[in-house]
Amino acid sequence: MRVVVQEEPFDFGREAQDFATGHNNMGAIVTFTGVVRDADKGGMDRMVIEHYPGMTQKALEKIAEEAVSRWDLGDVLVIHRHGELRQGDMIMMVATASRHRVNAFEAAEYLMDYLKSRAPFWKKEYTADGAEWVAAKDEDEDALSRW
Amino acid sequence: MDVLYFAWVRERIGIPKEKVETNATTVMQLVEELKTREARYEVAFSDLSALRVAVDQELTDFDAPLEGVREVAFFPPMTGG
Repeated sequence: MRVVVQEEPFDFGREAQDFATGHNNMGAIVTFTGVVRDADKGGMDRMVIEHYPGMTQKALEKIAEEAVSRWDLGDVLVIHRHGELRQGDMIMMVATASRHRVNAFEAAEYLMDYLKSRAPFWKKEYTADGAEWVAAKDEDEDALSRW
Repeated sequence: MDVLYFAWVRERIGIPKEKVETNATTVMQLVEELKTREARYEVAFSDLSALRVAVDQELTDFDAPLEGVREVAFFPPMTGG
């Protein structure tokens, strides 16, 4: 299990390659990457992600540990960035390794659902009109109830 | 104890962190105490349904006890991922 919180970009290809090799008897590797898109109203210049330094690493590790306890996983990777990002930049990635794909897919979805509303990150979007905090969506909270 | 604010809560209160001497025994009592200080606290804490709280860096509820606690953080619902 590896959990990384960092400001600098990560190399998705290299991370996925490293994660996908070196495991014993893992038949399925699933990766998900979140990419910065435009603000809903358009015209976004940049996004700044604030986080809670003392808590973020622990919160992510707890979510990853919970995934490991629920599914038959060989390994989990979570990388999440903070700081200033622009459209097209990769914000975060998760990867799961399992003997079978159902576990790998489900665990990756679980990680994503919990990262969205239980990890202490807050996005702020900057457009020509000014800056706005991204509001949490009800469906993100509702998504947790299926687990 | 240290009280931390993030995102728009930090902006409304105007500081990221402060030391608070308090006899409050729960998070809710601490909130009520802060609200009496100045208008900016009253505004920031006006709708608790829009806020989340962490005690010693663990998410919890507003009725959480404060005995022995070193750090309380207030912030809006998280938007990671």
